[in-house]
Formats: sequence, structure tokens, C-alpha cells
Amino acid sequence: MFFEYSIEGGNFAQAGSTSSQVKKNLKQLNVDGSVIKRTVVALYEAEVNIVAHAFRGTIIVEIMEDKIHILLNDEGPGIPDIGKAMEIGFSTASPEVREMGFGAGMGLSNMKNNSDELHISSKVGQGTRVEITNYFQAKPVSLQ
Amino acid sequence: MKISELADRLGLILYGGSSGIDKDAEGGYCSDLLSDVMGHAHANQVWITVQTHKNVIAVASLKELAAVIIVQGLEPAPEVIVQSEAENIPLLGTSESAFEIAGKIYSILK
Repeated sequence: MFFEYSIEGGNFAQAGSTSSQVKKNLKQLNVDGSVIKRTVVALYEAEVNIVAHAFRGTIIVEIMEDKIHILLNDEGPGIPDIGKAMEIGFSTASPEVREMGFGAGMGLSNMKNNSDELHISSKVGQGTRVEITNYFQAKPVSLQ
Repeated sequence: MKISELADRLGLILYGGSSGIDKDAEGGYCSDLLSDVMGHAHANQVWITVQTHKNVIAVASLKELAAVIIVQGLEPAPEVIVQSEAENIPLLGTSESAFEIAGKIYSILK
């Protein structure tokens, strides 16, 4: 089961709408509640990062019987030092974004804590690719 | 305790999301950082904040929070109220500070 979404950089009014849609889909499929909760946190942070930092991006969600795989690709400034970006409190968000309560430097650690597998790669001046995988270990879903 | 009862006891203003006021509040979380709430708040908690924009409702809905209480007399914009209605998240307000209202809610719910 595939879903693809387009994300517009800077459009905070829409931030979180993909996460909300994915949450609805997972609920309909009867995925375990704790897996939904974790997936939504990781995806929301990744989605907001595209809105806050990139020009545009795509989110491709694939739901399989045993896992959900989310691929986020953006065109944007990229991350020069991913290790540094993972540190709690490190942020390059603008003052405007911070005033809204975003950009506290907690997003990537939230993504890490709420993903079974997280892969981030980035090219400065081009963009960032984030892959989140969460497993439905205890309870496979039926995709009929 | 139901959100409606909590709102009555604390004299909170109800801006929107009235369809959710029968939900039970199971504690609260006090923060103005959205990622902090995403990372640490739990379902059915009341979120106390100075943030008034639309993303507050998105976060509250994704985390299945019981309600949002905006403090210091700050008021949400009309589109935020519309969003709270759409997501069934009670959006409440008080002129008190986060410290004061959190203290009162804690003593009621503890």
C-alpha cells in the first residue's frame, strides 16, 4: 500500500497534515496503537523539518504486512554535520520558526527515539533524505 | 475528571472544540516547545501553553491530548478555533499564568 504526499517549504498552516493522514490510514488498518503513536511522532518531526528548512519535499509511505516504511526527500540546504544535528538542543531554525515553538533542537532525537530504523543522509546545497521504518512486530496487519 | 468539569471549576474560557469536552483529563503537560510535547506528553493529558497558532491543534490531535489551555489571556486566531472544532480538541483559555493554572490542575487531578 503506497501513499505519496508533496510538502511545501514554509507552509506551516499545512504542517502535520501528512502525519495526520498517515495516522488515519494506520488506524483503519488496525495497527497496534503504540506503533501508531511512535510512527506519528517520528513522521511529524520529519515533516516539520521539510516545512521549516527545505524548499519542497515528498513523503512516500509504504505500508506492508509487517512494517511501515517512510521515505522523505527534500530539496533544501541539506545538513552539513548530521551528528551535530542529532544533538539535543542543536538547531539552525530561524527566530520566526522558534517563536512558534519549533526549532528547539529536539526533533531529530524524537525521530530517533520513535523509529525502529532511522537513516538520514544529506548533500549540502541539495537536500536531505530521511528513511523511517517501524515494525508491527506483535501484530501484523492485513492489507486486503 | 471531564474537561467540562475542569473548565467549570477553573473558570476557563471555551474557544472551540466543544465536542471534545466530555473527554477525561488524565494529567497535564506544560510546554511551549512543540517537539517537547511531541516527545513527552501523553494521550489524554491537558496541554498548557502560550502558543496560539494552528500547529498546536495538529500536535494535540496527533498526540490525542484531552485539551489545550492557552494561558496569560492570549487568544487563538479564528482559523485555530475552526481547527479545534474539526479535530474535536477543546481549546480553552485563562488569564492566569502557566504556573498558576498548572498548580490548580495538579491539585485537582493528583
